[in-house]
Amino acid sequence: MLTFLVSAIRLGMTFLLGSTGETITEKSGHLNLGTPGVMCVGASCGCFAEYLYFSSVGVFNINPVLAVIIPIIATFLGSALMGVIFCFLTVTLRANQNVTGLALTTFGVGVSDYMIAEATTIFSKGSKYFTAHLPIADNLGWFGEIFLSHGILIYLAIIIALLSSFVLNKTKVGLQLRAVGENPATADAAGISVSKYRYAATCIGCGISGLGGLSFIMDYLNGNWEYCIDAIGWLAIALVIFTVWKPNFAIIGSIIFGALYIVSTYIQGFSTEAKEIFKMLPYIVTVVVLLFTSIREKKKNQPPQSLGLNYFREER
Amino acid sequence: MMAKNENKTHSPLFHIVKREPLPWYSALGVRASAIILALLLSAVVITILTQKNPIEIYKAMFEGAFGSTDRIWNLLQQLAMLLCVSLAVTPAFKMKFWNIGAEGQVLVGGLATVSVMMFLGDKMPLPVLLIVMIGASVLAGIIWALLPAVSKALWNTNETLFTLMMNYIAIQLVAFFLKKFVKSGSGVLTPMPEYGLPIINEMPYLLNIIVVAVLTIMVYIYLKYSKQGYEISVVGESENTAKYIGINVKKVIIRTLVISGALCGIAGLLLVGGTNHTISTTTAGGRGFTAIMVSWLAKFNPIVMILTSFLIIFLERGAEQVSSQFRLPSAISDIITGIILFFIIGCEFFLQYKIVFSKHRKENE
Repeated sequence: MLTFLVSAIRLGMTFLLGSTGETITEKSGHLNLGTPGVMCVGASCGCFAEYLYFSSVGVFNINPVLAVIIPIIATFLGSALMGVIFCFLTVTLRANQNVTGLALTTFGVGVSDYMIAEATTIFSKGSKYFTAHLPIADNLGWFGEIFLSHGILIYLAIIIALLSSFVLNKTKVGLQLRAVGENPATADAAGISVSKYRYAATCIGCGISGLGGLSFIMDYLNGNWEYCIDAIGWLAIALVIFTVWKPNFAIIGSIIFGALYIVSTYIQGFSTEAKEIFKMLPYIVTVVVLLFTSIREKKKNQPPQSLGLNYFREER
Repeated sequence: MMAKNENKTHSPLFHIVKREPLPWYSALGVRASAIILALLLSAVVITILTQKNPIEIYKAMFEGAFGSTDRIWNLLQQLAMLLCVSLAVTPAFKMKFWNIGAEGQVLVGGLATVSVMMFLGDKMPLPVLLIVMIGASVLAGIIWALLPAVSKALWNTNETLFTLMMNYIAIQLVAFFLKKFVKSGSGVLTPMPEYGLPIINEMPYLLNIIVVAVLTIMVYIYLKYSKQGYEISVVGESENTAKYIGINVKKVIIRTLVISGALCGIAGLLLVGGTNHTISTTTAGGRGFTAIMVSWLAKFNPIVMILTSFLIIFLERGAEQVSSQFRLPSAISDIITGIILFFIIGCEFFLQYKIVFSKHRKENE
């Protein structure tokens, strides 16, 4: 039970990073279906940077702090670059968001598959530094196991989620960002630069989503990267809906998702076919939430009004 | 503040103007140059990644697509299947209903087909079986498309997200089916060609290709010349206009998605009944997503979609050849496809707008 909960948290935080990034992006009115690709590219960049770092300094001179920070920065920059591509096509060149997002996913999946096939896929040496935790956790029983036994990315995920929730809801920047996502024409009239906000939100959002990919490889899989992680990206998008566009809800929501995703492997006595039904649950739950919010029409829980729509001043 | 602003009139370096529709040859030229640019960039990427001569690689791609009769048949078959799914999503897109659930709709269509083959195959004569198969697959596709359509019509539920989720429900449903009903427990269903669609002249893919060709023409006529097709474009252009002129928007949404779902069901039928004679979770193979790009790049014109789906399939088949010939990971095809898509998506801008550089900067000097 304890190991189940710990795994659920570790997997959940991957979803949390992915969905926090996507939430920020969606709040600006961009529906980025490229998130699975972004997470793939993020993980690839991070792992590749780790590989470069290890091979440049040699295995015996590794600085544990640098071994964590270098991949994180590389991941963030690589994924943010995907965000730049997305924005350049949709904001500057006014292309359709769904099409651009899907092209981004195709590209990203290609990059990560190439990475898996060509480079060394075992990053367990690097993973060691990501899963390192405070030594006192081992002496505190179940409390330590659940709250203190995790690697740095897990805590980073929670901090980022809380921070984004704060910025979105309590600051002027957040208010203006939400205005851009709800009604860009009004925001524009109020003197807010729609393009700047969309660029910034999407790039930062993509960077955060990318960290989710890194967390999945380095933390959840312990560096054994053998299959494509795009399914994780789609679940992150689902989680955005499940948590009705609120990163602070997503902390709990992501753990629920993580638990649903792995529950079938932990409970004895289920047939193999029942396990497949269990894996369906996160998606069904998401559909139910989506339906429920749209039927109730509660203003607070709706998707951003101009989600998926581009804004051109001339076409008002 | 004010005085400062008066001295410094803000004059942008350039501005963007919507242009008249280009004549077809210059439009083609812009697109062709985008593809050439994309190929150049891909060549650089390939050279960096593999240290091989990119021209050799493009040659191998051509070889892989057209190298032998078998390969050409294969190309045509893949082309037909992608085109079929693209046709399915097009009516919905024209209405600005973002049905990205084609993957799932195709898969449930296939699942219905395979269920009929498995459970009723030995219980009825082949012609009856075929009719039941067609009915079941079309019905399954419709149901999968109808759920998001009805909730969109009634409660304005976001259809992009809803259809996306339906994909994964369908995939898990197939996984469940395979675990439950494959007796060996391996999860791999042995093909059942004896219950498949008829084969014309010993050419296994010919029937699929003919069916899709007929569908292409039908969808083209439906969208361009029928009253319903007109209603779809009005709803797509402006829902309010549609309401003013007395179009029942809800009815149009539901009706269009029934067509969309039915076509996806047929694609599932052709994939399972006419090609694989079995099913797996990857039977739809990402076509549901690729179809979106095919349809959009063709500006929702079914005839142009033949070209755009050809482009995508050519890249896929070619890249497969490259990866086997040069022992490269097949992922390189996705990378190249992605780069080319970025360029094609981006070049649409230059077809619709032109950049006018401001003159009065010089006048000020």
